[in-house]
Amino acid sequence: MDTYMILQHYWWFIISLLGALLVFLLFVQGGQGLLYTIGRTEPQRNMIVNSLGRKWEFTFTTLVTFGGAFFASFPLFYSTSFGGAFYVWMLILLVFVIQAVAYEFRRKPHNFLGEKTYNAFLIINGVAGAFLLGAAVATLFTGAPFTVDRMNLTHYQGWNTISQWDTPWRGLDALSDYRNWALGFSVLFLSRVLGLEYFLNNIDDQEITERSRKHLLYNAIPFVVCFLVFAISLMFSSGWTVDPSTGVISTEDYKYLHNFLAMPLLLVLFLLGVVAVLWSIWIGIRQGSRRAIWFGGAGTVLTVLALLLVAGYNNTAYYPSLTDMQSSLTIYNSSSSEFTLRVMSFVSILIPFVVAYIWYAWRAMNRKRISREEMENEEHLY
Amino acid sequence: MLLSTTDLMSVVDWSRAQFAMTAIYHWLFVPLTLGLGFICAIMETIYYRSGNPFWKRTVKFWMRIFGINFAIGVATGIILEFEFGTNWSNYSHFVGDIFGAPLAIEGIMAFFMESTFIAVMFFGWNKVSKGFHLASTWLTAIGANLSALWILVANAWMQYPVGMTFNPETARNEMTSFWEVLFSPVAMNKFFHTVTSGYVLAAVVVIGISAWFLLKKREEVMARKSMVVAALFGGVSMLLLLWTGDGSAKIIAKVQPMKLASMEALYDGKSGAGLSVIGLLKNESQRSQEDEPFHFNLEVPKMLSWLSFGDGNAYVAGINDLIDGNPEQGILSTEEKMRRGRIAIEALADYRDARQSGDSTRIASTLQKFDPKTQEGKAFLNDYFKYFGYGYLTSPQDTVPNVPLIFYAFRVMVGLGCYFLLLFIVVLYLAKKERLGQYPWMNHLMLWSIPLVYLCSVSGWIVAEFGRQPWTIQDLLPTVAAVSRVDSTSVMVTFFIFVALFTTLLIAELMIMTRQIKIGPHDEQ
Repeated sequence: MDTYMILQHYWWFIISLLGALLVFLLFVQGGQGLLYTIGRTEPQRNMIVNSLGRKWEFTFTTLVTFGGAFFASFPLFYSTSFGGAFYVWMLILLVFVIQAVAYEFRRKPHNFLGEKTYNAFLIINGVAGAFLLGAAVATLFTGAPFTVDRMNLTHYQGWNTISQWDTPWRGLDALSDYRNWALGFSVLFLSRVLGLEYFLNNIDDQEITERSRKHLLYNAIPFVVCFLVFAISLMFSSGWTVDPSTGVISTEDYKYLHNFLAMPLLLVLFLLGVVAVLWSIWIGIRQGSRRAIWFGGAGTVLTVLALLLVAGYNNTAYYPSLTDMQSSLTIYNSSSSEFTLRVMSFVSILIPFVVAYIWYAWRAMNRKRISREEMENEEHLY
Repeated sequence: MLLSTTDLMSVVDWSRAQFAMTAIYHWLFVPLTLGLGFICAIMETIYYRSGNPFWKRTVKFWMRIFGINFAIGVATGIILEFEFGTNWSNYSHFVGDIFGAPLAIEGIMAFFMESTFIAVMFFGWNKVSKGFHLASTWLTAIGANLSALWILVANAWMQYPVGMTFNPETARNEMTSFWEVLFSPVAMNKFFHTVTSGYVLAAVVVIGISAWFLLKKREEVMARKSMVVAALFGGVSMLLLLWTGDGSAKIIAKVQPMKLASMEALYDGKSGAGLSVIGLLKNESQRSQEDEPFHFNLEVPKMLSWLSFGDGNAYVAGINDLIDGNPEQGILSTEEKMRRGRIAIEALADYRDARQSGDSTRIASTLQKFDPKTQEGKAFLNDYFKYFGYGYLTSPQDTVPNVPLIFYAFRVMVGLGCYFLLLFIVVLYLAKKERLGQYPWMNHLMLWSIPLVYLCSVSGWIVAEFGRQPWTIQDLLPTVAAVSRVDSTSVMVTFFIFVALFTTLLIAELMIMTRQIKIGPHDEQ
């Protein structure tokens, strides 16, 4: 493997890691979606919103950084998927825009739309945001209808777009594949499971704890079902494989199963992750354990990381084209230049420092759980 | 999916409208964040050093204003990042190799800093030490300004593309020097000019809100002291703003002459060109080329030449020179640039054909044109590829931006800028004489300066961004070749959805903000 290929693999790892962290941080969305289910009274809802409100910006920032890093390292994906699946990405943006103001505005006097509207914004973001991101990520396995021809730039009159979407549905076509639904719902219910585990950890209220334990079960069942449907169908799916020396792409049966077998470390990570998530659900339901979120979070990161690496490593097309196989995107044909990847790799050395200060600040802020007393005494509240 | 050429123009227009709308909305909130962050940090530093609870109470009040504004800034910001892909997909491919890097660095370096420490800033008063809290407030402000650095580096690169080379194999520009991109003179000037404009805006907002308290005879000590901090901060920033503004003009004269000519509505270039202080433009469509462009024009002789090139007799190119060419001054006509652009595009097509034929000699000879290391390549890149984007234009007139809009916006920006400098001086003078707040008309004027400073700030954005039309990347990629292949109805629908949403949120923000100001600072519990 030459330096360029190592850098392409390195950046696919960074993207996968950011994606994995993002899915973990979707516990904020999961929690938002359960606002009225778990928070039956006004003070309970306030505790929930304030507990999530100190974390929502991390999820948001991770999403933005995930987008920025994808743009920088695999710009052709950015131009193909974003410019193509226009409706889906616009919908995702819309549900994140309404989230960003909801926390700060919801209980401020004279907020124009009223608290209930901002709560509705949080719920819409919580449900639609998680589902849509999950379904969009699923297309990295199930593919999308697009064609890429860089040389379209040579048309100097009329349209010269490099990446074209081949259906008028602009991304909504993904809804025709049950596997996209399955991963969308898996991510949605996983985010709710993680949200409930976060409540167990962060909110000091007997009723919320009890209710969270109960709903953990209700959300864990559909999560497990949907995830199994996706995981099993993936193991039986064929995938697009690329010959790195020629760049020619062809179909391979059981591609993702083969990838797991070819990279046993990823299989171990994946299984470890799944076990950790299941364990977190178990201890959450059984004991209402405060530590459930740590197992659930770590498990989510490992599982999603393994899945995303399987989508791009081992000469796999990580964005298969359903209409023109040779247009499919691989980490080789869609990445930035070696120089840019190298520059960005130097920048990525900063990531551990970023993680360290986030950790430090979280610890300082999370020493005490959210309680009714704090809600009564704190000046700055959401 | 077949989309006609008419549709192409409509998509370009709607996509431009969508990007402009989201960017202007975003830019309504960002400058206050940039400046108010530092004003809060300065006030908290005074509190940290003096231990005087008055400053804690004061800084908490301004932080509340900061928080409301910050939320909506975030909401309007996320969409911009993704619009590069959704609406400008060719652009993302053509320059993603260079443009993506600052965006990613912005996320890694700046956004996390901001979002981590803002939580400590708001919720940490009773949870962390005084020192840690102060550091968090500074880091939030620094994080916000670092975000501005990286996005402005990216923006500056679009206006003055440097540090890259074209790779025909991937049909895109690729970075060759990160430092050239980061430290390009346009980037540095743009960064300092833009952030200091944010500081001035925040200073004027703080002064205006404080003036309201003085008018209502409430919180007078807080109001006066806040005014002094703001006027000092704003005054120093204003000096930097003027300096970088001057620097910008000099750079624009070199790298974006059409923008400079439009700012001055200078149709026919001249030596010893004067600077228009104020003028009334004639309607473009009712004027023949021989007519004077102005109904009246008050100008300072030779000033434009001096400001642009440091020489009162220097030649400043006009719009007509840039369109028709001026051999005496060595200016190529736009027609000629379009011809050369097409030759460059055809060279890329030749390479494509050669590759398809599999003939290695042909591939090598077509590739050579793009190789800066060979003599032939160097000449081709300099004489033809330099005008690559012109090849996509249909008429030389496409390169002329909206002159009246830019001309007036520039005057609004500079005129109001001068007024704010005067305002800061007056505030400091009155504070020294202990007469701050004694003249109600003065307080009214300060209060009404708030909408003016927003007008000033948006005018600056208009000059910079409308002024560079039709280029997404100066000379290399016009909007018509950068846009995504989406039908215009889709873009139009999303445009209206976001207009409605952002306008609603703006109304909510203004209502919340005015209410919070009326509530005033909270007393410590």
